[in-house]
Amino acid sequence: MSEHIRLKKGLDIPLAGKAPAKIAETVAPDLVAIKPADFKALVPKLAVKEGDSVQAGDVLFVDKMRQEVRFCSPCSGVVDQVVRGDKRKLLAVIVKAGKEQQSVRFDAVDCSRLDRQATCSALLERGLWPMIKQRPYGIIANPEDTPKSIFISAMNTAPLAPDPDFIMEGQMENLQAGIDALGRLTKGGVHFSMAAAKEAGSAMHNLKGVIFHTFDGPHPAGNVGVQINHISPVNKGETVWTVDLVSLAAIGRCLRTGVYDMTRLVAITGPAAKEPCYVKGVQGMSLKSVAKYTAEGNVRYVSGDALTGESVGADGFLGFFDSQVTILEEGDYYEMLGWIKPFRLKKFSYSHLYWSWLNKKKTYNQDTNTNGGTRAFVVSDVYGKVLPMDIYPVYLLKACLAKDIEKMENLGIYEVIEEDLALCEFVCPSKIEIQKILSDGIDLMLKEMA
Amino acid sequence: MSALRNTLDKMKPAFSKGGKLSALGSFFDAMETFFFVPKTVTRRGTHIRDSVDLKRTMITVIIALIPVFLFSIYNIGYQMNLAYGYGWGFWMIVWKGFLKILPLYLVSYIVGLFFECMFAQIKGEEVNEGYFVTGFLIPLIMPVNIPLWMLAIAVAFAVIIGKEVFGGTGMNIWNPALLARAFLFFSYPKMMSGDAVWVAHKCGVDAVSCATPLSEVASGNLHYSALDMFVGLIPGSIGETSTLCILIGALVLICTGVGSWKIMLSCVAGALLMGLLGDVPAYYQLIMGGFAFGCVFMATDPVTSAQTETGKWIYGFLVGAFAVLLRLFNPGYPEGMMLSILLMNTFAPLIDHLVVGANIRRRLRRAKTV
Repeated sequence: MSEHIRLKKGLDIPLAGKAPAKIAETVAPDLVAIKPADFKALVPKLAVKEGDSVQAGDVLFVDKMRQEVRFCSPCSGVVDQVVRGDKRKLLAVIVKAGKEQQSVRFDAVDCSRLDRQATCSALLERGLWPMIKQRPYGIIANPEDTPKSIFISAMNTAPLAPDPDFIMEGQMENLQAGIDALGRLTKGGVHFSMAAAKEAGSAMHNLKGVIFHTFDGPHPAGNVGVQINHISPVNKGETVWTVDLVSLAAIGRCLRTGVYDMTRLVAITGPAAKEPCYVKGVQGMSLKSVAKYTAEGNVRYVSGDALTGESVGADGFLGFFDSQVTILEEGDYYEMLGWIKPFRLKKFSYSHLYWSWLNKKKTYNQDTNTNGGTRAFVVSDVYGKVLPMDIYPVYLLKACLAKDIEKMENLGIYEVIEEDLALCEFVCPSKIEIQKILSDGIDLMLKEMA
Repeated sequence: MSALRNTLDKMKPAFSKGGKLSALGSFFDAMETFFFVPKTVTRRGTHIRDSVDLKRTMITVIIALIPVFLFSIYNIGYQMNLAYGYGWGFWMIVWKGFLKILPLYLVSYIVGLFFECMFAQIKGEEVNEGYFVTGFLIPLIMPVNIPLWMLAIAVAFAVIIGKEVFGGTGMNIWNPALLARAFLFFSYPKMMSGDAVWVAHKCGVDAVSCATPLSEVASGNLHYSALDMFVGLIPGSIGETSTLCILIGALVLICTGVGSWKIMLSCVAGALLMGLLGDVPAYYQLIMGGFAFGCVFMATDPVTSAQTETGKWIYGFLVGAFAVLLRLFNPGYPEGMMLSILLMNTFAPLIDHLVVGANIRRRLRRAKTV
């Protein structure tokens, strides 16, 4: 069963600095970190202290509310630092990697033979559970829920995103093992969405036990939320789960081999990157270890893509789910009469108020300048043009601002998370922080619905 | 460039919070962001942002208005020349027209920006660029001979009651420029109603040639040709007469995507359909009076029009239909565009409510059928 869905709305941002499909080197990072803030609404409970030695797969902290949900160290070494912020909030657990990498040995399991309960336990025990997210809200899935179905997007349309086929080369067995495990957790099937253009040639098309869908269109067509909306939208009271491709391979690998191996290909991208490339690294690795490919000076180090990533700084760490680094120039400069200059050919805009719409092939060195001051919602029709979902984004956001739970529910809060509205934020001429508004709205829902 | 930047940097502390001139802070900020795109960077959310901002959007509307503006200057001089038979040459006509229009613009911008800055200061926000456009539009929909004090009051009313009490640009219910016009219409009916309002220059020479096409249709003897009304060298409010120039503006707005073509198209459709009921050919409704100007520059205001795509079709159609309905069946007032747009501004949220309601029902039905 395969279904083709063509989406028209959206925008592929022509950001410069795409990584060419070759691996520059294998990086053995000095430091890695796991950050609780990568998970929405997580309250962590620390399980180690500074100086403890850990192996890859040893627990660093657990979910305080559901202590069986474990977060594990991606490498072996010594706990270097437990970083705390205001009110002693746990920000990161940093592990200093040892010379020899050792991993906790789990049993190799074949999930296609297990039942649901045993599969859950296997995932929880190995610290793989946090990789399963739930919609609504984008939080870690609850092991006690049975989701309507599970969705995987093998399509990444975010700016300069790593090519799924390239980073999954040679991972087919792992992906299949991951899919087999997920298939145990739901009765609704595992939906697997691919880009239409890649469909025929992709090795992933040979995966079994999934329901294939193909999508065609600009960003955010690759966002799993958008795909869910078109395949089987989330209604009130329903839950679906999502797993990203890199995590799926990691889940499969750990179940199949018994080794907690969080290595992954990481794309170093962005207009300010010295040398865009792929490196073989590990989850949560320090950006210092790839410093020679990134940049120096007045730049921003983003773990993730330019729309949804997090600014982590030159000494920062890759996020839990991220396999991309985007380096952007900081835009903290004045530009005289910039808003009225007729040409400004180096500027990109979705609107037709600059000339970029005439040259679709050009890429742009966009920086972090906001390009204008913050205003109220004025141009109200631009947001819908980049959101290929049956949702009125401005009305949903206003409901979030008004903290009107019933309206938020009615207008589709269960179907979107921040990344789905990131493009709305990008094109917003009023420079409104849309992801923040939505995030606050989701937090409110979590609080009220708990 | 750097000299100006340095001057601004030197002045900045005095205008900042706690500085000597902090009461003028928002004015300084408006000036600074006028000359320089600020150096603010994204903090959270998307790290890159589209290059477009509201200043760019608003200035595009003004660019679209420039043909109308230039034509208006000429037409004012032309009508004066015609009325008094001065025999002026081209440049004299332009000069006299310019002298007429200049004070209107000075009053509109000085009064308007004064209140904008004042409210921005009180609210501790940046001055919104919405008044760029409003201030440019207001003189264009006024009769030429409007007393300046009257214009000043109208502008103050539009900015304060029309916009700021609702929270500023983006929150207002009615188009502020039209509200200025409506304020004068209801407050000073003697000055503003009947024929006088539509006459470019109070003339004592030839009363008939000074009446506008609309008032002539109302009295049953139209003597302007369709071409006259299309080109626009006829009496009328300052900016409304030339459908040709307005069409150029419409083209700019549609190509840049700043004005909604859906609203314009459905507005024309509504007017044509309703126009079938009239004595004059239906397309006359499009080139007479303020219809074209209102349709292109007023009805398409993104804040006060319907905001959903389906809603725009309905909203535009009703604006056009009601405007012509008022023209045809209200003997007391030959022009209906202003009131029609204000009426539909009032109902735009209701239209959107129904469209969004349909979305909500779709979602609920989906939940039930699964």
